[in-house]
Amino acid sequence: MSDLDPKDELVTHLPALRAFALSLTRNRATADDMMQDAVLKAWSNMDKFQPGTNMRAWLFTILRNNYYSSRRKLNREVADVDNVFSDTLSVKPDHDGRLQMMDFKVAFEQLADEHREALILVGASGFSYDDAAEMCGVATGTMKSRVNRARAKLTELLQLDDDQALELTDSATMAVVGSPNIPS
Amino acid sequence: MAGENSPKQERIDRYIDQNLKKVFSDLENDELPGEIVDLLSVLRAQDKELKEKK
Repeated sequence: MSDLDPKDELVTHLPALRAFALSLTRNRATADDMMQDAVLKAWSNMDKFQPGTNMRAWLFTILRNNYYSSRRKLNREVADVDNVFSDTLSVKPDHDGRLQMMDFKVAFEQLADEHREALILVGASGFSYDDAAEMCGVATGTMKSRVNRARAKLTELLQLDDDQALELTDSATMAVVGSPNIPS
Repeated sequence: MAGENSPKQERIDRYIDQNLKKVFSDLENDELPGEIVDLLSVLRAQDKELKEKK
């Protein structure tokens, strides 16, 4: 459990909250609006936060509920997208790695909202399937299925099922993420 | 596609997760917008004012 004052702890989660907002909305202006709403709501309802529980999960849940609720109110099925992923492409050490990373981001951006969200929560943020399911208000099995479908879609878009492509991708990934020892 | 738990599938899943973490980390390193920083200042000032009134 954190010893920080909950409001100070909230501030430490803001970079991750913004990353989640950008991943979900794929639009900077919308992400920033959602984030402001979420911070305001969390700050004014801090007495409802249960110490000892996961504040990041609580904040992500507030933000995603706001996002889907505003989408429903506006009756918008399709979000405005502004290349938020390709815009944040940082300088990478290797040209091929950079291209592969761009491919990955473009493919990721094409996933359905619920699939992108599932992958970000479980694959990138490290939430358990149970926690991610609770945050999204679905059963654990549904969350597992969303993650599997999202991975299958990325596999298809990036042609990762092709052995040769995966070999090339591995070497490019090493250049980008610098992660050692991917077994062949 | 290979079976769910095949070494190939595990390799693909690992590749996807590594890239996801990199994408998320890039986004986390994006500078916080000024509006959020301003909002936090306002909220902290309001809290301070409330505390002083008590």
